[in-house]
Formats: sequence, C-alpha cells, structure tokens
Amino acid sequence: MNRNIRILGAVIIGLYLVLFVKLNWIQVVQKHSLDTNPLNTAQVRRDYNRPRGTISTADGVLLAQSVANPDRNSEFARLRVYPEGDLFGQVTGYFSFTFGSAAVERQYNDELAGTTFQQQVNGFSDLFVARENVGNITLTVRKDVQQVARDNLGDRAGSVVALDPRTGELLAFWSSPSYDPNEISTLDSTAANENWKRLNSAPGNPLRSHQFQDRYFPGSTFKVVTAGIGLQSGRVTDVDPSYPFTTGYTAKNTSLPIKNFGGEVCGGTLPEILKTSCNSAFAEMGAETIGADDMVSGVAGWGFNATPPIDLPGAARSVFPTDVGNNAAKLAQSSIGQNDVQASPLQMALVAAGVANGGTIMKPHVLAEVRDNQGSVVKSYTPTPWLHPLSSAFADELRRDMIGVVTGGTATAMAIPGFDVGGKTGTAQLGTTPPRSHTWIIGFAGPPGQAPTVAVAVVVLDQSGASEATGGVVAAPIAKAVLTAALKAQGLA
Amino acid sequence: MTRRRNTELGLMLLVVIITASAYVLASLGSESRIPANIVPFLVLVLGLLLGAHVAVRRLAPDSDPILLPTVALLNGIGYVVIAGLDQKLAAAQATWTAVGIVAFVVTLVVVKRPRSLERYRYTFALGGILLLLLPMFPVIGRTVNGSRIWVAFGPISFQPGEIAKVVLAIFFAAYLADQRELIATSVWKVGPFRLPDPKYLGPVLVAWAVTLLVMVYQKDLGSSLLFFALFIVMLWVATQRTSFLVIGFSLFGAGAYFAWRSFTHVQTRVNIWLDPWVNPAGDGYQIIQSLFAMAFGGLTGTGLGLGGGVRIPASENDFIFAVIAEELGLAGGALVLMAYLLMVGSGLRIATRADHAFDKLLATGLTLLLGLQAFIIVAGVLRVLPLTGVTLPFVSYGGSSLVVNYVLLALLLRISDQSERARKPLPMTTVAV
Repeated sequence: MNRNIRILGAVIIGLYLVLFVKLNWIQVVQKHSLDTNPLNTAQVRRDYNRPRGTISTADGVLLAQSVANPDRNSEFARLRVYPEGDLFGQVTGYFSFTFGSAAVERQYNDELAGTTFQQQVNGFSDLFVARENVGNITLTVRKDVQQVARDNLGDRAGSVVALDPRTGELLAFWSSPSYDPNEISTLDSTAANENWKRLNSAPGNPLRSHQFQDRYFPGSTFKVVTAGIGLQSGRVTDVDPSYPFTTGYTAKNTSLPIKNFGGEVCGGTLPEILKTSCNSAFAEMGAETIGADDMVSGVAGWGFNATPPIDLPGAARSVFPTDVGNNAAKLAQSSIGQNDVQASPLQMALVAAGVANGGTIMKPHVLAEVRDNQGSVVKSYTPTPWLHPLSSAFADELRRDMIGVVTGGTATAMAIPGFDVGGKTGTAQLGTTPPRSHTWIIGFAGPPGQAPTVAVAVVVLDQSGASEATGGVVAAPIAKAVLTAALKAQGLA
Repeated sequence: MTRRRNTELGLMLLVVIITASAYVLASLGSESRIPANIVPFLVLVLGLLLGAHVAVRRLAPDSDPILLPTVALLNGIGYVVIAGLDQKLAAAQATWTAVGIVAFVVTLVVVKRPRSLERYRYTFALGGILLLLLPMFPVIGRTVNGSRIWVAFGPISFQPGEIAKVVLAIFFAAYLADQRELIATSVWKVGPFRLPDPKYLGPVLVAWAVTLLVMVYQKDLGSSLLFFALFIVMLWVATQRTSFLVIGFSLFGAGAYFAWRSFTHVQTRVNIWLDPWVNPAGDGYQIIQSLFAMAFGGLTGTGLGLGGGVRIPASENDFIFAVIAEELGLAGGALVLMAYLLMVGSGLRIATRADHAFDKLLATGLTLLLGLQAFIIVAGVLRVLPLTGVTLPFVSYGGSSLVVNYVLLALLLRISDQSERARKPLPMTTVAV
C-alpha cells in the first residue's frame, strides 16, 4: 500500500502545483489587465475608506477634507466635503466612489492618501502610534484672487487665468460655469447619479475645466506670438520694417484681402501696429517677413501643438495649422489668430507670462507643497522652465510694446495707477448677424521698471459686438481687477 | 520522544508570535490603532494552542510534531482575516476554535487505539448516512444558499455532513482493511471489463451510492466530488488495482456529464466557470470580484486589514482564500498552499509508517479529506475548476467544519503516536504491509 500512498502524495503535489501556477497567473501575469478592467473598483474603494489629506489654498482656505460619515451603517467610513463649493470645483476636482476622481484629487491621489514611496518610508516610524499617514496639500491658487475673478466675470461664460510668470504658480484659475464637487462626492448614490446626469447635460458643460481643457479662437491676442517670432527671427525690430498704411492685406496668389477692423487704415512699425492691433500688418509679417517654416517652428517654441505640462489631468493642446507652406492666405489669416488657430486660456496666459519673464515660460502648476500630519514637508514643487521662445533683450522690447498697448492702445482700460501694465486685446468673431465674438485680453503687471509679477488671460465667451474695441471694453476691466488683487496678495499694492 | 514535543512547542510559539503580530497589523491596517483587546486575545490564543500542545504531550507523546503547528497557523491566519471582515464572526470563530480544541483533546482521551474504531464499522456507516439525511427532516432541516445541508436545534445550527465525511471515512477504512484481499483477487467479468465482485464490495458500494445520492439531492456539489474521490482513492490504495482507478474516474466523468445535462444549477456553475464575464453583475459577480481582489493583491498584497474583501460575497467562507491572496499577496497565498501540502505530506507519512492496514487506510482517507477539500475550494476560487462550495479547512469561518477537522487531526495524531511507539523498542522488525 505504501507505494500507492506515495503515488497519491505525488499526485496531490501536482494538483497544488497547478493551483500555484494559476495563482501566479492571476496575481502577476494578469494583474495589470484585471487592475485596469473598467468593472474593477478595488482601487477607488480602498482609497475611499482610507484617511485622506486636506487641500487648502495658498492663503490658508480649506478646500477639501474627509470627515467621518454621519451614517454609521454605511459601508463607507468617510465622506469627502468641499467647503468652498463651486469656487474651486475645477481645481480640486471631486473624489467620488461612483465616478472616480478629477483634477487635484486625481493628480495627487497618492500624496493625499499617503501611499507614495517616500510617505510610506516616513510612515514606518508611525507603525505603533495612532496617526494617520496622509498628505495635506497646499495649492498655489488663492481664494482672495479667485473670488475677484469670479465676481468680475459674473454670470458670463468664460475663463480667468492668473499666474506668477517668474515661477509658473497659478494664482487664480477660474472658469464659468463651474460645479460644486459636493454634488458628486455625496455618498447618496441616487443623488450623485442624478447630479452627474444633470451636470453632464447642463449648458456650458460645467464639469469641464474650460480654462485649460477647452480652446477657443484667440483672435488678436495671438499677434503677441507673431510679434515674438518676428523679433526672435531678427527680421523684425521696433523700427523696421514699417508696414504699409492700408485697409487690408492680400496674400500672394489670392484675391480676397484680410481687412482691418471697420475698414480702418493702419500700418507702421511693431510698437504702432501692436497698439492699433493692425490686421494687415501682422498678416504680412507672418506671411512674408517670417514665412511658413519659421512660423510653424516658432509657434511650437511658444507651446502651440503641444500639451502644456500643467500638473492637472486632461489639459488641451493649443493648435496652429502646420499645412500653411503652400497656402499663403491661410498663413496670413493664422498669423492674426484666425483660421485654424485655437488656444486654451491657460496657453494665452503662458504667452503673456513668457513675455513678462524675460522670454522664459515656466511650467504652470497648482501644487505648492505636500505636508504630513506633523507639518513636515513631504514634497514641494520646484519651479521649472518649460520653453524659452524669446531671448531676454527681445522679450524686454516686446514687453515695452505691450505696455504701450495699455498706455495708448486698445487696452487702456487695464491700466493700474502706480504699476507697469502691459496687455493685448483680442476679439474672435463668431458671426456678423448679429455680431458676436469671444472677447480676450492677455497681459501682465508689476512694480514700475521691474519684472512683472503677475500674468493674466481673460476670455469672455459669446459677447455681442465684434469690433476690436470689444476685448478692451469687456475683458480688460476683469483683467485689471484680477491683476490688482494678485498684486495686493503679493504685498505690492 | 520529548524531542518531537519540544519541536512542536517551538513551532507553536512561533505560530503564536505570527498570529499575534498579524492581528496587530490587521488592526493597524483597518483602524490605524493597536487592537484594544490585544492582551485577552494573546492570552486566549496562547492558552488554547498551549492547551492543545500539553494534551498532545500527555496523551500522544510520540506523534508527528508538524501537524498541530501547521493547523494552528492556518487557524490563526483564518481568524485574523475573518476579524478584518467582521468582528462578530471573529468572536464566533474564536468560540468554535475553543470548542474544536476541546473536541481534539476529548478525541485523544477517548480513542486510545485507532483500531478500537474498526469494530463499530457498521454503526459508523449507518450513523454517517443518518447524519447526512438529518437536514432533510422537517422542523430541524434548514436550506442555506440553495443547499439543504443544515440542521438547527434552537440557537445552535450545524452541518451534519461535515461529521458524516469523517465517520464514513472510518467505515471505508475498516471495511476495506478487512476485505481488501478478497476485493483485489475476486473478478466479476462484464464483457471485456474485470470488475470487483459486488459480493465483497456490496456494503461499501451501498453506503457510497446512498451518500452520493443524498449529497447530489442536497445540491452539495463540493462534498459529492470530495466523497467520490475519497472512495475511489481509498479503494485503489487498499487493493492496489489501478483498473479500479480507471473505472472509478470513468464513472466520475459519466456522472459529471449526466449531472451537467440534467441539473440547471450544475450548468450554471459550469457556465460561470467557462466565462464569468458574460454576466459580470449577476452570476459572474462573485468570481470576478475575487479575481479583482487577488490581482489587486499582487506579489506582496495590500497588507492585512487593507483589502476590500467585504465586497466579495461569502468572503469569510468559500472565498476566504481570495481575501488572503489579496491582503498577503502571492506570498501569502503560496504560504497557505504550502501549509496544506505540509499537512498532506505529514498525513501520508503517518499512513506509510502505520503498521496495520486499517491505520494506513484511515490516515490516507483523513489526509485526503483535508488536502482534497482545500484543493477543491481553492481551485474553485482560482477558476481552475467550477466553484463548488466547501470550506477551506481550518481557515474558513464555520463551526461544524472547524470542530470536525480538529477531531480529524486528533485521529491522525493518535495513529501517528501508536505506530511511532510500536517502532521504538524494535525499530527494524516491523513487517511491511
């Protein structure tokens, strides 16, 4: 019998070997595909029941925190709440069991949950003390500036982006319509589902962070980019060339002219054409002075046709057409921000920031630092350059020219007494009957004679009127208020 | 042989340390604090396991030193995982562990010689079948999750089928030990097949067939499978006739095919096994959640108390292996599999070293009950076989299974103790059987 018993033992070992191989198959080979299966809620469920850190603004306002679930019988121990409601909804995002997470809640999930490698290592010493190993996040955005942006934009759809050009720290990051994350993070799944459906079909799509996930025709604000490329190419200076005074520009091999607003006559050197936002001159600059190849490679230097490296998920690429080599008319239109050019409000704020910061565009970011529960810094954001489209001498030149637009051009409504303010308006026409347009302004401000400390972009969507002055009338006061608030927050005003 | 007992004591202390650390870690994981009841917990675990050890030292001093610590480890891991899922169940499981260890000691006291059981073979056969039939009586019978395998007396409910498995294994061992020569040599020709003479196989065939019928009627697929294999393998070991094995598994194939064609609940199980993704929110939900949980655990697991195990239905019972693999990862899952292999190895070693045919067959049968039952449920959880609900021995939540398995363990140790003691004075004169 012993022989049979030994054979039996070998067979059982064989059977268990099959189990071991299958266990490896599930936990190692198939791990990734099972983990990422859309039906799998293991990750979010685990995170949902773990302690989670807070999110606060740079000026110390609490934006998100986890509180004990008042319903003791629920399978969830915690509830995520957002005291500021929709004011920062697009920045914090939501943290929902049903719908996952968005924005900062998604981007910095591991830091908030305390599961980054460094936090785990730090947490070893906490093994035998009752302490929650979470990360508390401080953002760069400020409630005082954000509130001004929101109040001044009011009920109109649009976006306001303000940042420190020296570091890339976003100070205000607002777009309207926004949403209240509490509506999605609620543990009442029926209510969460209804809110989700309603927000998804609501006009203006409040769940999108329009300020960096949507893009619009930039209109004349794009002329700053064309001017920058011209300066950097060496073929445009403040005194030469002087573009002809005319009512329109007709590209080679075409007959349809690009007209100036209201059929006005304009022309001259760079400072003059920037002040008057002269279409014919910038069209000629792009199409002839610079040319297709240098325009296409030039816009890439300013961040077009690339996704901006912001530390939030889902940023939109801003686009400039690359098929303009044999199409002078398209190149001419694109050079003044028309045709297929589209830019996110964030991208246009970065253009202004690049001019303000000596030609270097810093990576935009919302994270300032992560601290553990004892207050020690776990992680802090180090300002990093992104692009360098303009040498500093040319940047200074362009900065002076943009200040000229505020002191004596289309953006006079943005002037702040006691500060150097530069800007550029834009009006992207949507139609002429009735005349409607997206109205833009981009700009910067700082103490006189010094490097600017705030850059801004404002777009107000679908406004009546289509003249070049519209941007200056509608958007400029918002930009002025936000710049003032930011300067005050920086202790300068 | 105090050296064996000292080995056992050392291993037991190791198990106490592992279990207590795991308990603390699990509590830190789920509640971020040291469990408040850690001191009474330690006293209880230490008391129970050391109690079992002292009983073995007194009552079966020459028995195998590996089995009890291995069982204690599995029981401890199971308890910690159950505590992470549901504190109330954990308290009940602790009580059942205590009852199980008392039953373990009582068995060692009552059964002085394994072969004293041999005499009551027909009592065991009848008792086993009666126990199986108990749930079908009105008033006391209960249907749980579609299987009518429970009886309830007031607040106490249990699965008599768990007891029946051990009792019937004893009957098989006794009968086959007695009749194996006759069964092996007699031939009943049916066409080209050489079958054992039903004259000699009669009683055991009747018991086996009745048992299978009852289990199939009760829709207890896992137990039917386990019981079928147990009988065929014991018959094969007793007679050493490989043809029985071939015939037996052919019969099994035919029976399985028939069951698949005739019963919708069998078809459902097979369909879920073949493709759970057809209906991921319905029939396939449990197995898919279990696959997600195990994949989520990866190599080293989420950590004790940090799994999402609460979402796998029956996670404290049929699917407890998935929770272990989630929280302790591939490492923990492999450890549990190794523990069962260690038990099987020790059990079969006891069988080979036993002197008498009955002891050999009983040790083989009891070991098979443990090893095969663990295989059947883990294979179901891992989708190697269709899922059939049986408990993971010593790990799953469930009183009947735990208590009966402790009795089973006591019987194995009793056989081991006896054969080792018989070897001591004249180690070389034992006759090969």
